[in-house]
Amino acid sequence: MSDEIWILGINMTKFGKHFDRDVIDLASEAVMAALADGGVTMADMDVLAAGNLMGSGGIGQQVQKQVGQTGIPVYNVSNACATGATALRTAIMSIKAGESEMGLAVGVEKLAGVGLLGGGGSAKKDGQEWEPHGRYGAVGPTDGRIGTDTMPGVFAQVGMEYGHKYGGADFELFAKISEKNHAHSTLNPLAAYSKRFTLDEIMNDMMIAYPNTRPMCSANCDGAAAAVVVSGEKLKSLSLEQQRRAVKVSASVLTSDPWQEACQVLPDVNTLTRNAAQTAYEQAGVGPDELDLVELHDCFATAELVHYDNLGLCEKGGAVDFFNSGAPWRDGSKPVNVSGGLQSKGHPISATGIANIWEVCHHLRGEAGDRQIEGAKVGLAHVIGLGSACGIHILEKSAA
Amino acid sequence: MTGTATSSPERVPLVDYLVLDDGPPHLIAHECTSCGARYFDRRNACASCFGTDFTTVEIATEGTLRTFTIVAFAAPGVEVPFVSGVIDCDGTSVRGNLTNVEPDSDHVQTGMKVRLTTYSLGTDDQGTEAISFAFEPAP
Repeated sequence: MSDEIWILGINMTKFGKHFDRDVIDLASEAVMAALADGGVTMADMDVLAAGNLMGSGGIGQQVQKQVGQTGIPVYNVSNACATGATALRTAIMSIKAGESEMGLAVGVEKLAGVGLLGGGGSAKKDGQEWEPHGRYGAVGPTDGRIGTDTMPGVFAQVGMEYGHKYGGADFELFAKISEKNHAHSTLNPLAAYSKRFTLDEIMNDMMIAYPNTRPMCSANCDGAAAAVVVSGEKLKSLSLEQQRRAVKVSASVLTSDPWQEACQVLPDVNTLTRNAAQTAYEQAGVGPDELDLVELHDCFATAELVHYDNLGLCEKGGAVDFFNSGAPWRDGSKPVNVSGGLQSKGHPISATGIANIWEVCHHLRGEAGDRQIEGAKVGLAHVIGLGSACGIHILEKSAA
Repeated sequence: MTGTATSSPERVPLVDYLVLDDGPPHLIAHECTSCGARYFDRRNACASCFGTDFTTVEIATEGTLRTFTIVAFAAPGVEVPFVSGVIDCDGTSVRGNLTNVEPDSDHVQTGMKVRLTTYSLGTDDQGTEAISFAFEPAP
């Protein structure tokens, strides 16, 4: 058994529109760059875990054929928006189990131009009989008739529910959260969008699902991210430079949603995040007050608010005050989504759970350039996928 | 199940947990006899306590709007804007649309009292009419 896990090399591609390249190209680019970043090759890898939701399946083996087929076990994983984090955690578990010394994780997606996610169903054609289908015996589509299945609408309700419970969360507050992330994105050359918006521009943009306007929704785009993880024991045999740049994985946690009364009608993204956060803080032996930066899953502006609370960045019920204090701005006391977040950096689903770790590592290594959070030593990366799955990793700067 | 009418024209509910032929329209749920957890779909076992015995219960037809969104952009064929919400019906959370209210944030607010109502989705060639439910502001 190995006690410690370290990230040796990590990379994300530019997020955006990559019309001339497929998922295999993008994943391979991220993998080869992560290997080079760690100073290792495919020959050093004992395991590969790979995620891609919208493709044809078997992305891990497809990538091997581009970067090196060595016969190692491949795990193709699928866990909604937590797919990337699940791939990373799969490689980590292999090392923790003692089966591997070094592992590789990659997540990739092509989503540019995909449009609205969730919702739909085929409408009844005139004249056809109403016939029951599915687990609710529905005689026609229910999306739009019995609530909404669309992601912007689901997460709008998540944020509005928090506002109903604790107060203070209105349209303008949610738009201000988006204003922050778009402002942060201007410093991130790999973001899909790096344009600053005024609050008026955000509030007056196209409404998608109140209170989420278009810039308050995560950007569908193409991208990949990959990471090389290594056991603490193996790291000791590597060069001092590799040890210096390695980032410690102090906590790696994956949770699903425990049963809650309302979870059958509106996904409960809170309980599993709170559970994951609590476990992660215990594993790492650090508290939320010790985090220098946080990358959390702002798939919509309305989601970011609830996760301030779920991750313990504020007192219970205090997310609105936390935001209004300026804390989550990059010059605040608890910078959140300095990458620009999913709203501007973009959200190529399976890549997201590794790309947010890349962002944190970049700061902990002191390599984040213009957007560097000075002196960053500890960071947290969070993703959640509906269904649900929540991944949290806590990362620490090397003492070497 | 719920449909017992044998003569045409017939009315069928959009979903099988909407009951039209047993008094005023109402929703029903499968309730776990061990822990009381309620489900609108069938379950092999209770997701809360793993029990396998369920009974059918009626859901209160009045409730409080706990959260909502006003969907302005939806899949093709879905009419917008519409209000989607979660209604606390005496302790059971119900998902549904709001109707008979202006779909804007001046008229729709969390905490408002609402009640179940039904409306027609149309009639097919056999003369069967499909009925859906929604919630409307309660006086």
